[in-house]
Amino acid sequence: MLDSILEGVIAFMLVAGGAFAFIGSLGLTHLKDFYMRLHGPSKTTTLGVGCTLIGSLIYFSLREGPVVQEFLITIFAFITTPVSAHMLAKSALHHKLEPDPRTRGRPMELENERPKHTIEEAPQGKSPLP
Amino acid sequence: MIDIALWIALALFCAAVALNFYRVVIGPSLPDRILAVDTMYMNSIALIVLFGIWLNGKNYFEAALLIAMLGFVSTVAVCKYLLRGDIIE
Repeated sequence: MLDSILEGVIAFMLVAGGAFAFIGSLGLTHLKDFYMRLHGPSKTTTLGVGCTLIGSLIYFSLREGPVVQEFLITIFAFITTPVSAHMLAKSALHHKLEPDPRTRGRPMELENERPKHTIEEAPQGKSPLP
Repeated sequence: MIDIALWIALALFCAAVALNFYRVVIGPSLPDRILAVDTMYMNSIALIVLFGIWLNGKNYFEAALLIAMLGFVSTVAVCKYLLRGDIIE
């Protein structure tokens, strides 16, 4: 009984992790500028990989006694992803990547690169799709 | 039940890696490509862990841990190079 419940939990964790990682990569492909694209991988993919690792942890704990190694990878990923996202945002601001008009916030580094049109004049920005 | 979930998760992660590779190829700027490679190694960690579940082997997590550490260090090093023009000053 307990085994079948835990198998259900493992299956749910694996499918949820795959779905989260796929949605994150979809965001990485489809969003409009770098500052939007940074959100998908840094939040969603980390959660997906964490879910998969927790599922693997439960699977191996169920089979061969308690293991903690997957938990180490999970903690490492959850610590290091915000750091790398911060470094990527800093390097993008340093290179003055042009933001989409729909991107909110005007950081000081991009003050001279302010878009010429507002969101009311061009609600779609430069993007061809809605 | 785990078998079906394993195949679904493997298919989703392979599709995610393909989308990341698409962004690596078309990415208009350099931080885009670095972000895509960063996401790609995160997805490959999950692929290796799923492979370990599939083959029922416990030793695959070491490869996943190595990929996690080296990927983080390389991402930070390339970002530092873009920021300062030098890695260790």
